[in-house]
Parts: sequence; structure tokens; C-alpha cells
Amino acid sequence: MKCFFHFSEPSGPDVTHQHLNIITSLSEVIQTIPGERGPSAGYGPHSGITCAVPEPVDQHLSRAGHMQLSSCSSDSGSDSDEEESMSEGEMARLMEEVEEKKKLIATIRNKPWRMKRRLTHLREAQEFVDKFEGALGKGKGRKWYAYKVMMTKKWIKFQRDFENFRTACIPWERKIKDVESHFGSSVASYFIFLRWMYGMNLVLFGFTFGLVVIPEVLMGLPYGSIPRKTVPRAEQPTAQDYSVLTDFNGFCKYSVLFYGYYNDQRTIGLLKFRLPLSYLMVGIGSFGYSLMVVIRTMAKNADVGGGDGDEGEFTFAWKMFTSWDYLIGNAETADNKYASITTSFKESIVDEQENQKDENIHLRRFLRVLANVMILCSLGGSGYLIYFVVKRSQEFANRDDLSWYEKNELELIMSLLGLVCPPLFETIAELEDYHPRIALKWQLGRIFALFLGNLYTFLFALFDEVNNKLVEEQSIKNASIWAMKEYYANFTRLSNDSEATPPPMDPSDVIRGPCWETAVGIEFVKLTVSDIQVTYLTILIGDFARAVIVRFLNYCWCWDLEAGFPSYGEFDISGNVLGLVFNQGMIWMGAFYAPGLVGINVLRLLSSMYYQCWAVMATNVPHERVFKASKSNNFYMGLLLLILFLSLLPVVYTIMTLPPSYDCGPFSGRAKMFDVIMETIDLDLPAFMGTLFSYAANPGLIIPAVLLMVLAIYYLNSVSEAYQNSNMELKKKMQMARDEEKNRRNNTDSTNQVMKDLEDLLPNRSLAPPAPPPEPGQ
Amino acid sequence: MGNKQTTFTDEQLEAFQDCTFFTRKEILRLHGRYRELAPHLVPLDYTNNPDIRVPLTLITSMPELKENPFRDRIVETFSEDGQGNLSFNDFVDMFSALCETSPRELKTIYAFKIYDFNRDNFICKVDLEKMLNKLTKGELTPEEVTLVCDKAVEEADLDGDSKLSFADFENMVSKAPDFLSSGST
Repeated sequence: MKCFFHFSEPSGPDVTHQHLNIITSLSEVIQTIPGERGPSAGYGPHSGITCAVPEPVDQHLSRAGHMQLSSCSSDSGSDSDEEESMSEGEMARLMEEVEEKKKLIATIRNKPWRMKRRLTHLREAQEFVDKFEGALGKGKGRKWYAYKVMMTKKWIKFQRDFENFRTACIPWERKIKDVESHFGSSVASYFIFLRWMYGMNLVLFGFTFGLVVIPEVLMGLPYGSIPRKTVPRAEQPTAQDYSVLTDFNGFCKYSVLFYGYYNDQRTIGLLKFRLPLSYLMVGIGSFGYSLMVVIRTMAKNADVGGGDGDEGEFTFAWKMFTSWDYLIGNAETADNKYASITTSFKESIVDEQENQKDENIHLRRFLRVLANVMILCSLGGSGYLIYFVVKRSQEFANRDDLSWYEKNELELIMSLLGLVCPPLFETIAELEDYHPRIALKWQLGRIFALFLGNLYTFLFALFDEVNNKLVEEQSIKNASIWAMKEYYANFTRLSNDSEATPPPMDPSDVIRGPCWETAVGIEFVKLTVSDIQVTYLTILIGDFARAVIVRFLNYCWCWDLEAGFPSYGEFDISGNVLGLVFNQGMIWMGAFYAPGLVGINVLRLLSSMYYQCWAVMATNVPHERVFKASKSNNFYMGLLLLILFLSLLPVVYTIMTLPPSYDCGPFSGRAKMFDVIMETIDLDLPAFMGTLFSYAANPGLIIPAVLLMVLAIYYLNSVSEAYQNSNMELKKKMQMARDEEKNRRNNTDSTNQVMKDLEDLLPNRSLAPPAPPPEPGQ
Repeated sequence: MGNKQTTFTDEQLEAFQDCTFFTRKEILRLHGRYRELAPHLVPLDYTNNPDIRVPLTLITSMPELKENPFRDRIVETFSEDGQGNLSFNDFVDMFSALCETSPRELKTIYAFKIYDFNRDNFICKVDLEKMLNKLTKGELTPEEVTLVCDKAVEEADLDGDSKLSFADFENMVSKAPDFLSSGST
């Protein structure tokens, strides 16, 4: 135990004497603890030791000390008597003091004190705790107490080191801070969101790879051994062509990337790894993990956001005190910010000064209805277009002579719609004449509806295809059984030896089923890849080429390209964030059918981070009008949550209702995909668990459980309403109290601790002119 | 145990970590930045707590503060002598209060001190006018300035003394949606 003692001159006769008493008594207590005999750290009844002990404790200690002195003997062996003589009340108070000091140490960084004062108080508190913590241990529990104290200290130190290590591990911090200082915190929030997504995808990738892909690769059958893992004979000549590979056919289709490769053996390898079960669990677990992470982040963000104030309650005050972005470190951004603040003030002043414009309400309403109708039409139009294109691509699948455009038509159309419609919506929204913040919300909502509509139309069209394939499967099953019989018949006929068993048919010759899961997986992968390509190309052309043209063509152009049209691009935050959210939705949907998709996404996010950081710094300019949607962090998280649920639905639907293909994937041969769970329960778990689950699945148990949950929700709802009501009451009370003070107009000498701290921060010099003397009769 | 460094003793680093929101690495980096401002003035070895202060003009030349309209006030608020000369303790204190992990309440207290230009513990109209001129670089006309200051006081003043006490300021700022996210370093 370290003890810090000052060896200093005594400050005054009485005080010294009192301190000496304390030290004497305590040192004797410590000395007489068995095993700790002998002087240590200069203890001794006669040295002029003072220690920095805060005042209030002295009284307790002196009382303890006096009681101590009366009954102590310097080197007594009976420790238990002396420790008990320090009464329970004194011990309890001492313990309280120690706890208070510990709390002070933990919260000292939150106090608005000068650093020197903090350091002094910290040191005093630490000395006090160190010194008296040992004295508190008594009797048999003493050694255990000291050990506990030491372990707590070590644990705190370990936690601190771990926190240090963890902050050092966060990637790209410098890069994001750079972007932040140039463009403000709203642009940086996109990159922080991107980094968060990257982290989540990395975990999902870890699950998928570690529990599904690697076991199949290491312990499963190799390529070419069974039909589902081999390229069919008909496709083999073209299987290595680049064009076929970029379409994810050929060797790509029959690889670990897609569902169809995995074998349905119940256990594989030495470790008896249950691959089908693991596949299903990982699929469902990915959703569970994503849900948990999104909700946890939403809860954290919700804490940070302050209370709800009315929109117009503190307009001018907020503009004055909260409009400057303290993270700006770049001169150009700062200039823009000054200009934007000035404009914003001027706007508010104008709003304040003039009366409401005489506007034609009917015209405005008509225009708004018109705008909404137009937008609904375009949304419907885009939905139909996608449906049409998907149908066409099904027809194309049967033909072989396709041009590049026809092969990629679906993905191109979807990406183009995503590019073209948002600016179209913005132009139509000019008709509506909303406040910019409201207009931004409408715009985000419409883009969201567009993406959602597109995605779901795509899904429905895909499901049509799946149903077709399922029908096809039946006929192919019959055909392949027939072909197998024919093969054996031919073999026995040709070999003239009816006793030999024929070798199994070569895997590439077996007639394959249509394997709808792999087809769905391929569609999602192609969509994701084309989305990546379109995004990168857009940045390259829309931002980089534009910047190069504006910069270099400016020398020989009639008007100023930099100031007028087209000038440099601004970073489109909401578009990018929505793109990220929807991309993640597609990954969630497709990951079950194409385990490799998560890996592709991880690579995409990683390269996106570097690419977009470079693009932003090199080709974009800071926004002219900085307009953050308030509390936008939780808005985007809410979107992500919604997309998560919406992508969960199709996957769960297919797991529950559609039958898996009979000859590909880990669930082949079973009636439903979740049958693998039933199998595991029956075969792998002890018998009583099976009966337990069957009881748990009993409707007689489930219905009461559902009722209970509904009741719990209702109860929590009413409790939260009650809290809200009491909140309102308290607010009203506070308002009334403030109104009373308003009448009194007397503001001096607050007992608020915060006010006292503020006084301390004053350098004892007020620059305010002295208050004028009160006029008589006021 | 980490790199061997001789700038601070381990106890000093632990004390700093207890008193600020920074990790060990960040404190060492801060010392590097502090030293960069005045290498001939600030010693490398801080184990015996030398009493060195870096003047205001050098601190406000830091890229983080250079563009801030309130940089002088910020530095003055955190300086012990009120003139803006920061010792290393004050320097660390300033960045700790402004950093991302420091709580809203702490930032509110310091924000109030920063915006109180004449240090009378209230934000009065004179303070507001100075603030507004710094924010808009003098682009508003005097009538507009008066109007904005009057409106701001009218909105936030709860006890009717036509200036903002800390309670008024805190009440107004706690409801603001943008305060925390744009006020951190």
C-alpha cells in the first residue's frame, strides 16, 4: 500500500497537536495488526508528520483517536480489542467518508474546476482513501478486505488500459476528423455511419465465414465429387469465360459463394460439425445480431438528444448560441459558415418583421395535391417498369444470344431509377413551397418510398420466378430418375457382366434441378455488384470529371464555371446515407442464399471509405446552406431498423413455406428448411429436451404466453404515460416558480452549487460597468 | 506497459487520466501539440511541473481554433490569469471540456462562461451584440443587431431581468437540438 505523507513543518501548535494525536492513534492501530509490525513509511509517535487530511474527517478521527488513546497500549498483541473499541458508528462514518472520496475521484473530471484545483483534490482524496482503507479492515475479514481493495484497483487499472487500447483500435479516426474540419459535422456523420456499418458487416462476415464457409471448405466434400458441386457437362466449355464469370455463372455458380454448393450431410468431418443446422442458425442469428446492434445504437442516440422543444420556441437564441460549428478548421468552410449564419439571421428577421403574406391558400393546396399526384404517378411508373423488366429477364434466361445490355438490363434499370428519380422529385417539390426542413423530410420520405417500392417489386417478380422453378423441378426430378435408370440399363447392357455394380454416374452428367435458391442468390449478388459499379462511376463522373472540367476549362470559357453552372459538387449526405441503408437491406435479404455476399459487402464498404474520403476532399466543396435535419442520427437508424424488418420478412417466409430444392443446398431432400431443427432435437439432444420442446410448442402454452406479452406491453405503455403526465406537472411547477421569481426581480446569492462553481472561475475582475444607483421611488 | 516516455511520470499520467476525459496516448499527443506551439518555451520534461504559460496569440493560431470566432474568449475562459495565457494544465483542461466525451452539462457551463464577454456572470445585451457581430462578421445593420439581441433575450429570459443568467441559458440550451453535436472538438 502506498501512502503519501508530507514531511512539513507543523502549521500551528494546536493543530499539530491534534494531528499528532491522530497519527499516534492510527499508527498504533496499524502497527498492532498482526503481520504488519515494525515501522513503515516513517510512522512513529514522535515525528512531526502531518498529512493532508480534509477537515471534516478530522473530527471523526480525533474522536476515534481519543477513544483509542484511552484504551490502547503501544505494542499490544490483542488486536481485536482495539479494533472493536473503534465503535461501529465511527467505522460506519469513516467508511462513508471513504466512499465519498472514491465517488469524488470517479467524477472529478466532470466538475467545472480549474485543473490545479482538480489535481489537488484528487491527490488529497487518493491519499485519504489509501490511508484509511487499510484501517477499515477489521478482524477476520481484514485480509480479505485488503485483498478485495487491491483487486478493485487492479481491475480499474486494467479497465483503463483496455479503454486506451480500444480507442487506439478505432480505424480511420484521423481521416474522419480531417473531413469534419473541412466540411462540418454533418458530412462527417455520414462517414461515421459508414464506419459503423463496416463494423457490423465485419461481425456478420465473421459469423458466416467461420461457421458456414470454412467448415464446408475444410471438412466437406471437395469440388467435383457430387453433382451439386460440379459444373454440368453442357456448361463446361464456357465455364471459365470472363463474361460468364462476371454474370456469376460457370465456376462462380458452383462455388462456396452460393447456396447450392453446400451439402446436406447431417454431420461432416471428424468433429461431426452439423452444417445444415449451422447454416440455418447463422442465417437467423445474423438478423438477430443486426437487430440487437441497431436497437442498442438507437437507444444510445436517444439519450444524447435533448428534450423536445417547440420548433419556434427559441429561434433567435438557438441561432445565436448553437449555430457555429466548433469543428470547423478550414478557412473556406468558415467563410461559408459565416455567410450561411448571416443569411439565416436575415431570413428570421424578415420573418419576424413582416406579417404573414397574403397567400392564396387554395392555390397552394392545389399545387401540393398536384405535386403529390405527379410523384405517386412516377413511383407507380417506376414500379411497373421494374416488374416489366424482370419479366423480360425471365424470357431472356431461356435464350442464349443476348447482348450485354439485355443481360444486365434489370440491374441497369434499377440503378438508373435510383439516380434519376430523386432529382425529379426535388424539381416537382418546388411546386409545394414548403419550409426547407419540411421539404427535406418529404424528399427523404419519397426517396425511401421509391427504393422500397423498387425493392419489393423486384422481390415479387423474383418470387414469380421461384414458383415457376418449383414447378419445373418436379418434371426435372422425374427426368433425372429416368436418365439414371437409362444409364444403368446401358451400362449392364454394354459391360456384359451382370454381377458388377456400375460406378455412379459422372457428376457432371447428372441432370440438375433448377435450384431456385442459387438463382435468387445470383440475382442479389448481381444487383449488389451493379449498384457498387454505378455508385463508383457516378462519383468518378459526377464529381471528379466535373471538378476537372470546371477547373481546367475555366481558363477558356465565357462564364465563370466555378461560381455559376456547373461549379463543384456538394456532398449529397441524404442520398448517400439512403444508398447505404438500402444496400444493407439487400445484403440482409440475399445473405441467406449467397453466403459470399457478406464478404463482397465488407470489401465494398472498405473501399468505399477510402474512395469517398478521397473524393470528398479532392472534388467537393462545403455546403453553401448547412441544413441538418434535427435529430437526424436516429432518423437514419430508424430507417435502418425498418429496412431490417422488411428484409427479414421474405427470408422468413421462404424458410417457413417454400420447399427447398431437392438436389442442392444444405436442406435438400427435406420437406421444409426448418425441418433440420426438428431433426437435431430428435437425434442429437437428450430425449427429455424433445418432450420439453413439444410441450413448449403446444398452443395451450403459446397462447397464454402471447397474452402475457400483450398485457406487459399494455402495462408498460400506461406506466410511460403516467411518467409523461408527471413530467408535465413538474414542468408546470417549474414554470410557475420561475414566474414568481420574475415578479420579484431579485437575482442575487443563489445557493446553486453550479453558481458557486461559476464564481470560482471568475478571475476576480468583472469588466461590467458598475450598476447605476437605483433611482428614488422605483 | 507502453512506450517509455520521459515527459511525465506515471503518476502524473494517471492523475491526468482521472481528471480529464483523455487516454494516456491522447495526453501525450496533447503535450506534443502544446510544445509545437512554443518549442523554445515549453520543456520536454514535465516531471517537475514547470510553471510555463503559452501566450494567447500562439494558442489561437492552432488549426482547431484558428477559424473560430470565439477563440479569444475560449482561451481566456480556461486561463488562470484571465488574460489567455495557458499553462499545460489549462491547455489540457480546455480540450477535455470541449472533447466529444465530456458531458453536455459541463459544456453548458463553459459555454456560458465563454459567451459572457464582460465576465459579470450574466449574458447581457452588450455581450449578445458582441457575439452577433463576431458571428456575422459585421454584415448586419445596427437595427438588425438590436432586433436580434432583443428577441434572443425575450425568448430565453425567464426571470425578467433582461439579461440571461446561467439558469436561463441552461434551460434554453438543453432543449436545443444542435448544441451537443456542433459544440465538440
